[in-house]
Amino acid sequence: MKNEKIKFRDRIKDISAGLGDSLKESTLWGSIFRPGSPFRKGYSDSPRNRSYVVMNNVLYHLHPVKVKRHGVRLSYTLCLGGLSFFTFIVLTITGIWLMFYFRPTEMAYVDIQTLQTSIAFGSLVRNMHRWAAHIMVLVVFLHMSRVFYHGAYKAPREFNWVIGVILLILTLLLSFTGYLLPWDQLAIWAVTVGGNMAGYTPVFGQQVKFALFAGLEATEATLLRFYVLHVLFLPFIIVIFMAIHFWRVRKDGGISGPL
Amino acid sequence: MVDIPEHLLLRTAEARAKALGITVEQALAELKGESAPTKIEKEPEVLDVSPVEKEVKETPPPPAAEVKETPPPPAAAVKEAPAPAAAVKEAPAPTKTNGKTNGQIPAEVDFSPETKVTQRLLTVVKAKPIQKPASEPVDKVNTWPHLMLPEFISLMAMTAFLIFISAILQAPLLEEANPNITPNPAKAPWYFLGLQELLSYWDPQIAGVMIPLLIGVLAFMAIPYIDRNKDNKPSKRKYAIMLWTFFLAGAGTLSIIGILFRGPGWNWTYPWIDGVWFDDLLDWVHFE
Ligand code: HEM
Repeated sequence: MKNEKIKFRDRIKDISAGLGDSLKESTLWGSIFRPGSPFRKGYSDSPRNRSYVVMNNVLYHLHPVKVKRHGVRLSYTLCLGGLSFFTFIVLTITGIWLMFYFRPTEMAYVDIQTLQTSIAFGSLVRNMHRWAAHIMVLVVFLHMSRVFYHGAYKAPREFNWVIGVILLILTLLLSFTGYLLPWDQLAIWAVTVGGNMAGYTPVFGQQVKFALFAGLEATEATLLRFYVLHVLFLPFIIVIFMAIHFWRVRKDGGISGPL
Repeated sequence: MVDIPEHLLLRTAEARAKALGITVEQALAELKGESAPTKIEKEPEVLDVSPVEKEVKETPPPPAAEVKETPPPPAAAVKEAPAPAAAVKEAPAPTKTNGKTNGQIPAEVDFSPETKVTQRLLTVVKAKPIQKPASEPVDKVNTWPHLMLPEFISLMAMTAFLIFISAILQAPLLEEANPNITPNPAKAPWYFLGLQELLSYWDPQIAGVMIPLLIGVLAFMAIPYIDRNKDNKPSKRKYAIMLWTFFLAGAGTLSIIGILFRGPGWNWTYPWIDGVWFDDLLDWVHFE
């Protein structure tokens, strides 16, 4: 009796192992995971496979096969650039989710209220989007300070610093346009303060303010305008500049240093 | 005259010093022509070219005593002849002349088996590779796993932290927007409050706002082109580090004042007396 049980268990084991093997041997599996992938059949940890993991992966667009030893020490970059990028990804994911429940009209405020009270995880996702936005501004700024203290903007990386400043401005604009969207008293007056500052531009002040507000003051037309900038235009632009930024990091010889 | 690199001269001098039993400094001075060449008392160590030579050595012919050394200009050779018959020849050897020696033709050597040959420095050809390595080799590690693993961990830590604060801190949502009710004070988002504080010191109608802002942004972009110091060692760029630290301290101070210490009418308040006049924080910072 006992013997039979063991046999049965072994058979199950054999069958599942066999299934796993034949799945990994299948054409489909092999076509998804390229050579070197840890998910492929017979993967082993060898220097060659370590190179292949990166080379035969979409991540090859971001990372070279090898990087300077000092650059992977956490204390060098503090991973701040990577975290800026990562918070941006989190913001994109949570932001798309929020878009399902949000209309940039006179319903905006009600939509946010509904989101918080009657939609599963609505409150959590809204909080994540908001705090991640604050964190991104902070982290990008810290990243900039890290780059400065390392003198990492020096030749040949001068232009990547310039692109970085553009990224900082885009980050601030993204955050600022998002600030208006909940359409509460905090939102409208913060944006009014900002817009009024733009109104003090010499000569073109009123025109700048008019273009920003889509009118003379913050109204629902402003809301729609900020919404389009926030969910479409600015993310589109910032992704382009990020692509250039990452590309330049590699082309300029990888991470700077060592000090 | 070829400009002989210092390290080659030194190597020659060392070999010579060893052969003649003099100090390296002395040999170097001789090679440079700064002092008279040492006379060789004993027979210098030589390279045995053939077994025949051994016999020659065992019964040194009288002329061996006459071993002479040609006073060496650096590029010329130390030459030695075992028999008077094979005396130093001044015969020019055009085929062996290197253009660079500028007419200083090294004395010809007879390479017959009987000849003892010491090392000779004929000429120095400066190392000029056809391919230059673009950069020095650097110490590198595999991206997988040494970079991607820490990245993955910080990504996870960040997500955990974000979910944690989002679960305990509620994002603010005040009453619905109403253009007719102006809150006092009306504050910009926190990252602009340092700027708002700064701008409150001058009349925006006069100074303008966007112009200083634009100049500020351009100044930031110009930093790499202004700072021409090539060093990245912190000890070599104290001035730059000091400037940035001042900037951080200034921006931080202005921001904190703008966030916490400004109340109605942008007048000075103390958060522990009058509360926080900053709605972004209102829900979770309580001083009262
Ligand atoms: C959206 C914002 C940004 C993202 C996602 C981003 C991302 C990155 C990443 C991933 C790196 C690789 C090294 C590291 O992690 O430190 C990097 C390097 C760099 N970043 Fe950024 N960055 C941003 C903003 C900025 C800003 C505001 C500046 C400066 C004004 C800047 C200047 C640089 C420079 C000069 C490097 C090269 C540093 C080195 O080689 O050590 N970046 N960035």
